[in-house]
Amino acid sequence: MNATLAAASAAHIEYVLRIADSSLILGQRLAEWCGHGPVIEEDIALTNVALDLIGQSRLLLTHAGKLEGRGRDEDQLAFLRSEPEFRNLAIVELPNGDFGRTILRNFLFAAFQRPLWQALAGSADADLAAIAGKSAKETRYHLQHASDWVVRLGDGTQESHARMQQALDLLWPYTAEFFSPSPTDEVAAATSIGPAWASLEADWEAAVRPVLDVATLKLPARTPFGSFGKFGRHTEHLGHLLPEMQFLQRTVPGGSW
Amino acid sequence: MTESSRQWPLWEVFIRSKNGLDHKHCGSVHAPDAKMALQNARDVYTRRMEGVSIWVVRADQIVASDPDAKPEMFDPAEDKIYRHPTFYQLPDEVNHM
Repeated sequence: MNATLAAASAAHIEYVLRIADSSLILGQRLAEWCGHGPVIEEDIALTNVALDLIGQSRLLLTHAGKLEGRGRDEDQLAFLRSEPEFRNLAIVELPNGDFGRTILRNFLFAAFQRPLWQALAGSADADLAAIAGKSAKETRYHLQHASDWVVRLGDGTQESHARMQQALDLLWPYTAEFFSPSPTDEVAAATSIGPAWASLEADWEAAVRPVLDVATLKLPARTPFGSFGKFGRHTEHLGHLLPEMQFLQRTVPGGSW
Repeated sequence: MTESSRQWPLWEVFIRSKNGLDHKHCGSVHAPDAKMALQNARDVYTRRMEGVSIWVVRADQIVASDPDAKPEMFDPAEDKIYRHPTFYQLPDEVNHM
């Protein structure tokens, strides 16, 4: 394989891993709500979303393993990689906080996944396109569920409004990472694997702003802060999440149900 | 605020399964309004592909018969077996009776 092809292949894998890991880590975070939801109906709703996300990551990791061609399957990629090898957006590894913050993150992330799946449905990578087609339906529901709550809580009581504004102030800076340019994106776009994420910003904003407006939440100003999870540079929180997520596979290597 | 007024109202959930013709009662959820009652019903009762359509209705909007009135309501039908259509010879061409 010549150098250009090898670089394109590495970018392809990297691109898929960014999407896969973001779903996986948010799925793991949402699973932490199991048994702790504010009411049983929401407890189940959050774990439903978690299972959708983990399902997406399973398909994507399996696909990434095939692209890589070193015989690694979904379990090995999910449970035997170390922190710097994860390519998830930093926002998904942040602790859940209260229900409002969890929901707001789901909202911001689902609003990002939606145009991403849409664009990926036309990917030159047929497997990726098929996964995107299936996932798009799940994401539409996640977005509807989260939007509904963002409005209720944002435009709710003084207490719920204050908490939602606080959550938005905390999470908003991490959304810049969704759209920060990267060489991986350039290659993916040039080879029609998927869109450069920067190109999704307008769609994302068009989905996010009206809901936040109705929720009477004030958009924080953009700051120079940037997170770099998709480049493998993580917050201190991923280091605590991984041991819990990975302990079984690391204790019983190759163990399965 | 009393405990009962802090609770979200109860909604009864009816689901029509893929091959079913009618909606069947399958349980209840708590929700502050109809929209969320539908979402909650979806999340709680259709996780295993149980349905393709959901109805929700406020439990306090359902008028129920009085359990104590069972004898006069239902017993009189007991000895009227001729109301069942089992005494007719059906032509072979008639299906789904």
